[in-house]
Amino acid sequence: MWEYTNKVQQHFLHPKNVGEIENPDGIGEVGSLACGDALKLTFKLDDKGVIGDAKFKTFGCASAIASSSVLTEMIIGMTLDEAAKVTNEDIADRLGGLPKEKMHCSVMGREALESAIANYRGLKLPMAEGEVVCECFGVTDLEIIRAIKESNLRSVEEITNFTKAGGGCGKCIDRLREILVATVHQDVDIKKIAEKPKRMTTLQKIKKIEEALEREIRPGLRKDGGDIELVDVDGDFVMVSLRGSCTSCAKSQTTLKEYVEKKLRELVLDSLIVEESK
Amino acid sequence: MMNPENVVYMDNNATTRVAPEVLEAMMPYLQTYYGNPSSMHRFGGQVGAAITEARQKVASLLGAEPEEIVFTSCGTESDSTAIFSALQSFPDKRHVVTTRVEHPAVKNLCENLDTLTGHKHRLTRLMVAADGTLDLQKYEEALADDTAIVSVMWANNETGVIFPIAEMARIARERGILFHTDAVQAVGKVPINLKELDVDFLSLSGHKLHGPKGIGVLYVRRGTPFVPFLVGGHQERGRRGGTENVASIVGLGRACELAAAHMAEENSRVKALRDKLEEGLLSSIPHSMLNGHKTDRLPNTANISFEYVEGEAILLHMDQYNICASSGSACTSGSLEPSHVLRAMGVPFTAAHGSIRYSLSIYNTEAEIDFVLEKMPPIIAGLRQMSPFWKAEM
Repeated sequence: MWEYTNKVQQHFLHPKNVGEIENPDGIGEVGSLACGDALKLTFKLDDKGVIGDAKFKTFGCASAIASSSVLTEMIIGMTLDEAAKVTNEDIADRLGGLPKEKMHCSVMGREALESAIANYRGLKLPMAEGEVVCECFGVTDLEIIRAIKESNLRSVEEITNFTKAGGGCGKCIDRLREILVATVHQDVDIKKIAEKPKRMTTLQKIKKIEEALEREIRPGLRKDGGDIELVDVDGDFVMVSLRGSCTSCAKSQTTLKEYVEKKLRELVLDSLIVEESK
Repeated sequence: MMNPENVVYMDNNATTRVAPEVLEAMMPYLQTYYGNPSSMHRFGGQVGAAITEARQKVASLLGAEPEEIVFTSCGTESDSTAIFSALQSFPDKRHVVTTRVEHPAVKNLCENLDTLTGHKHRLTRLMVAADGTLDLQKYEEALADDTAIVSVMWANNETGVIFPIAEMARIARERGILFHTDAVQAVGKVPINLKELDVDFLSLSGHKLHGPKGIGVLYVRRGTPFVPFLVGGHQERGRRGGTENVASIVGLGRACELAAAHMAEENSRVKALRDKLEEGLLSSIPHSMLNGHKTDRLPNTANISFEYVEGEAILLHMDQYNICASSGSACTSGSLEPSHVLRAMGVPFTAAHGSIRYSLSIYNTEAEIDFVLEKMPPIIAGLRQMSPFWKAEM
């Protein structure tokens, strides 16, 4: 059973603005039957360029229906420029939060809105032009990168919760990890914002990583006069600092990836990404 | 907490109500007779007699001998015990035959044998037809000289489809291959007589037949090579270590006795209720279809797909009327893909996401069926009106 907020239940049981506007100014359609959820959003502008009416049709679970319903409520009365700024986090917040496995429902709402605005403006959607990474759910790299940046995602599991990518056959998981690493790197600013309160899972990770370092990794490094210290754990990113002879060793990067990261993945979690903190 | 009196419970393949007679039988062993059956003193030892009696009752329901009954903690433990035992008994045999539609207790075990045992295995997962049935010829062809065990469920938990276990076990026996069946959904609903079958291992679970949760049984045919899964004390004649769950064992014994007494009702009155529900839903709701074979099926299960709507949304609307059922939709499982059983049957996505499983028991009434038949059509119509794939003219 999912823990849905009262607000989600309210919008699910008594959805607002169900239907389709005739001769709409903008239409946005996302998702498919195969994917398990789909949303068709239509809106009409009034003579001041403000969204006068918006309606939705949704195939999906309670949170998909609630996200669609609350979205129409939010955008009625907004100009298109204002509406274009609505994020999936805004939708989830208005619902009092969504279970993390259901965040993709809010992402679907935002994508439909974006698609409807692009449709009105006669633009092509930039997101759809990316390279498809997850074939099961048709998710492109651009969509994944944006989700990582906007929602401060720090693990492949989080990417799946937000975009569904990787939730089917699982073949794209390595590629998702690559995109995650590359995106987090370009985005130093986001990293600062990402200092959210640590959750239990992170604490557990730190404990296990410390244990693994002490028991398995340090003895090996110390033999060669080196050492290692754990600096930080952020999602799947493990920041370490090399000490002693490791600092001047030409092979230190290889040690980090081939030895430390391999060991930690083996002992703690498959998805960890080890990096040197500088 | 919700008052169970107001609940229309049609989710009996998930778990069942503990029969009042079962609870009554258990209470003395929770309140008064707390002794350990292994103790030397009479206060503990007397409890052993209750276990012996329960073992006889379980054996009698299955047509087995009491010494062929091993009490475990659940169906999953029974499944693991059987499969690991066979693999350890025949270390040279590294091939396992199962189906695509097993319960996760068998499916996830078989799919991870290499990691779990540290040895390389070959796994054959038999396909099913669109109605969920197996092809016996394909099964025979799958058996090999290095097959250690066949593990095939007696009845499917999602669709209720029954597999030809008697025939399949006979074929395995002819080839000298051990045969395990996960009969968790079948025990108590269909007659089972192990004396007439070539089954070597059979798993059952207490809470699926109005017994308590946390008690299971593995039937091990006399003479079958056996390696214990839980190693410890001498309990269960060394086949399963751990102090006996006395109250639950006694409860399961009583549940098996009741199941034998209710078997005819299950296959007549409950089946008639199920048929009424099924026919009523299929005729009153357009674009709905039955998943699974029409007749080779448990008497209590109806799995119906309502196209163009999603299962979780249906269930939550049903929940508003206190109607309890399950769905094979992706959203209810916590995964992003719909049920592996429906996908193996080739049920189209349009229908798999909107599948609802109704599973009845002897406690259901005709009034409840009428109530569900009255509430379902507007729920489905309401959601369809909201669905972008639904066209009014359909």
